[in-house]
Amino acid sequence: MEALYATMTGALAACGLYLTLRGRTFPVVVGLTLLSYAVNLFLFSTGGLTTNGAAVIKEHAGHYADPLPQALVLTAIVIGFAMTAFSVILAIRVRGELGSDDVNMARSDESREGKS
Amino acid sequence: MMQHLIILPIVLPMFTGLFMLLNRNGATHPRRLFAMVSTSLLVVVGILLLIQSNDDVVRYYALGDWQPPFGIILVLDRLSAMMVLLTAVLALGSVIYACAGDDEQGSNFHGLFQLQLMGVNGAFLTGDLFNLFVFFEVLLIASYALLIHGGGKTRIHSSFHYVALNLAGSALFLIAVGTLYGVTGTLNMADMAQRIPMLEASQASIAQVGAMLLLVVFGLKAAMLPLYFWLPRAYAAAPAPVAALFVIMSKVGIYGILRIYTLIFGTQAGVLADIAQPWAWWLGLATLVLGSVGVLAARDLRTQVSYLILISIGTLLAGIGINTQQATSALLYYLIHTTLVTGGLFLLADVIARQRGKAGARIVRSRAVTQVAPLGVLFFVGAMAVIGMPPLSGAIGKTLLMQSANAPEYKVWLWAILLGSSLVSVVALSRAGSTVFWRANRKEETSETMGALRGVAMVLLIGASPLISLLAGPVAEFTEATAAQLSDTQRYIQAILPADTAGGDA
Repeated sequence: MEALYATMTGALAACGLYLTLRGRTFPVVVGLTLLSYAVNLFLFSTGGLTTNGAAVIKEHAGHYADPLPQALVLTAIVIGFAMTAFSVILAIRVRGELGSDDVNMARSDESREGKS
Repeated sequence: MMQHLIILPIVLPMFTGLFMLLNRNGATHPRRLFAMVSTSLLVVVGILLLIQSNDDVVRYYALGDWQPPFGIILVLDRLSAMMVLLTAVLALGSVIYACAGDDEQGSNFHGLFQLQLMGVNGAFLTGDLFNLFVFFEVLLIASYALLIHGGGKTRIHSSFHYVALNLAGSALFLIAVGTLYGVTGTLNMADMAQRIPMLEASQASIAQVGAMLLLVVFGLKAAMLPLYFWLPRAYAAAPAPVAALFVIMSKVGIYGILRIYTLIFGTQAGVLADIAQPWAWWLGLATLVLGSVGVLAARDLRTQVSYLILISIGTLLAGIGINTQQATSALLYYLIHTTLVTGGLFLLADVIARQRGKAGARIVRSRAVTQVAPLGVLFFVGAMAVIGMPPLSGAIGKTLLMQSANAPEYKVWLWAILLGSSLVSVVALSRAGSTVFWRANRKEETSETMGALRGVAMVLLIGASPLISLLAGPVAEFTEATAAQLSDTQRYIQAILPADTAGGDA
């Protein structure tokens, strides 16, 4: 199971990285989302993968899953969700204001900052 | 009551920020007053914390009374107290400046500003690695929104780059934290510091990966060499008070490097001892060189100030790379100076841009600024300070740092590059100053003057340089004590984890 899990996480991260390096805003946003999924999966595995173990520690529990990574993943998911929402809105604003969804557009505007 | 003081730098801006966000349609005047009063209170809290930390006791505040290493704790030592006070003073300058009109160019300025303060203060105070990530996100999401405050093409465009880059940085941060948790089984920094030396060789190499990833993350925040390209564009595009506040954000990265690589991966960390310092040294010097080139090449005052920040980051990183107590003390002195002065220069560049009409902040011949005398004096003092001309604080900071580079292999590089970059800054800033103030056409009647608020804000930040030059003795004493406390990691660990829990089941 470890090998499958690691491969899947790696594949997600690789796809995310590839899309993040694309030249248009939408693939970049999707890429960042995939990257954050990969990170969440990775965080989840940091306590070691446990099957058939409860998350909660009982008094004399012999077999349990590390609860802390699960708490971390929850936090990371919430934050990642907010960030994704923000970057989607920002990408729409970029499209609206600059008239293009190219990440590197409007380089020529650089020297005219004072005028805008 | 006094033991709850530690959490006030987080709670105070949080409540102020929430109040501002809920009350977003209220009248302008009371909101401004409220923001200024709250930020002034933060300065007071910062001073109290500094006094409290001055007895060399490392205090911690267990949130919800969950004791370390299990609960999240806030830790107050000299370094945290100093950074919180520095943030508060810089924020006071920015908020006063913003109240002169910038805050009304978009919505929710004050609310977001306070939330960003909460994030910055939290990052300085927390003693838990994952909590550090959370506060990083708090300060980042506030900064995303602040960067596009007021709108405009350049802001929105540079903002997308900034957001994408920092989201990728956050992903790396989480991977690093996860890796370190995987091998040490703890997130508490003191506990982790204790467990790192006990790792087996195979585990230690995994921890090393985590440690280097963290360096990338903090390097991105601090704008270390291969990761700085976002900074000039983002800072130059941000509204002036926001840019001034952003100066502290790059120092959050410096703080992170300083804290993590002295406490967790410091000299006591066995095979992982001092792994970041050689990187910080060489990359810091390279940042210094490229920052100097940028200062010389900049065609806009705001871009120029952004590159001056890069120079200061390079200097600070080189100081971290030397990795002696004396160097740490020197770089902390330099950090106080550079944060306040570059913040003030951002405000000054904005005032100059306002008074020059179409030319804005570009370094070209154009109409004269309306108030040549006060702006000229401020520019002169600010430039002298940031270059490091005696008698101002920049000179003291740089001299202390050069003195601390005792070993010849450090001395050769640091002296040559640091002095070279100072020379380049002299050339660039004197050219900028003479173009803006002397090679100017006649004044025009219609130009606006800066209001009292903007003047006060600039004097507060740029005037800090003469002040900390006058108080160089006490300030340097404090930074020396801070450096001593920082290098004494055993004391830090024992303050947080009393002996009975120490050395547990690693």
